Amino acid sequence: MQTEQFIEQLAAGLEPVKRLRTPAARAAIWLALVGCAAALVIASYAHMDTALPRLAIPRIAIECAATGLTAIAAILAAFELSVPDRSARWAWLPLPPLLVWLGASGLGCLRSGLLFHDGSAIGESSHCFIFIVAVSVPLAVLLFAMLRRARPLNPIPVAAMGTLGVAASAAFLLEFFHPYDVTAIDLALHLAAVAALVLLGTALRRPLLRS
Amino acid sequence: MHAAQAGDRQAYGELLREVTPFVRALLRRYCSHRQDIEEMLQDTLLSLHRVRRTYDPRRPFRPWLGAIAARRGIDGLRRRLRVARHEISADARSYETFSEPAANDDIEALRARDELNELLQRLPVRQREALEALKLRQLSLAEASAASGQSVAALKVNTHRALKALRALFQKES
Repeated sequence: MQTEQFIEQLAAGLEPVKRLRTPAARAAIWLALVGCAAALVIASYAHMDTALPRLAIPRIAIECAATGLTAIAAILAAFELSVPDRSARWAWLPLPPLLVWLGASGLGCLRSGLLFHDGSAIGESSHCFIFIVAVSVPLAVLLFAMLRRARPLNPIPVAAMGTLGVAASAAFLLEFFHPYDVTAIDLALHLAAVAALVLLGTALRRPLLRS
Repeated sequence: MHAAQAGDRQAYGELLREVTPFVRALLRRYCSHRQDIEEMLQDTLLSLHRVRRTYDPRRPFRPWLGAIAARRGIDGLRRRLRVARHEISADARSYETFSEPAANDDIEALRARDELNELLQRLPVRQREALEALKLRQLSLAEASAASGQSVAALKVNTHRALKALRALFQKES
């Protein structure tokens, strides 16, 4: 088909569209919705009597803050990257908090020298994996419903950042339901859950993001 | 673009026509083939149409459009490389188009006919007449004799000599 004819067809089929809010505003909406839901869940179900003293320990506080910052940075990066004219360098934004999160968790395992919790079996660590995956699914549904409205042209980084943000949010919530120090097995399973979600989200990018 | 987001079809048509040379120039970085550029250009315009709600009028239009064109240019380049890896272009100049040897039989037969005609022209007239009448037109000896004015014995001798001479010419040529 000739380009001129093609342009005529596009123009003839034009419908008014509602402009999307800025990526930062859309990221803030998602974070606010998820933050409210998380606050409700924590207030209702978290073991605050064990979680609060743990969070007073600087290393755990740093780990928790880095997890939350990774979530915020990855979600913001996903929304920024979903729009055509934003720099691809947004994809680096979650890297610093992610490294701090991994470093703080890794340091915790090394210092405690624990492989398993006292008297527990590997089966208990798998609860973390299930928790992260189960919490991530509804968060991902909301996130991808918002991201796909932009129909990202390059869906790989958007899907990867989005799922990283969702998995980090779930890991942040897990801090309030994890009343003991992270063992090497826990850390491996946390990372496995995050990696599995990122890979799954990236693999399903086309149906999820309509691109 | 601002008007297009509000549904102004005329403004949208004008905008697309106006940006076409700019987009075409950008796409030339990814490809030099005219038809492929037009295909990428239409892909770019279609993408622009699909993502038009992401344009923010407070930001400049060109980088937004340029990013869409660059993405479609990269996709087009990838598609071309993928196709080039598995397919061979079939234009009239390429004879070795297909891997199946039988596919080239027609063109080889044509070439062989031309070569044979050239060699026949090099034979003495009597020998050529005898060969054409008996072997190519497949006349009987009596018919060939009547047509050429040569005796039956002369036709036999000339045909034999013509074949021998042709064989020698073929060997010399190859």
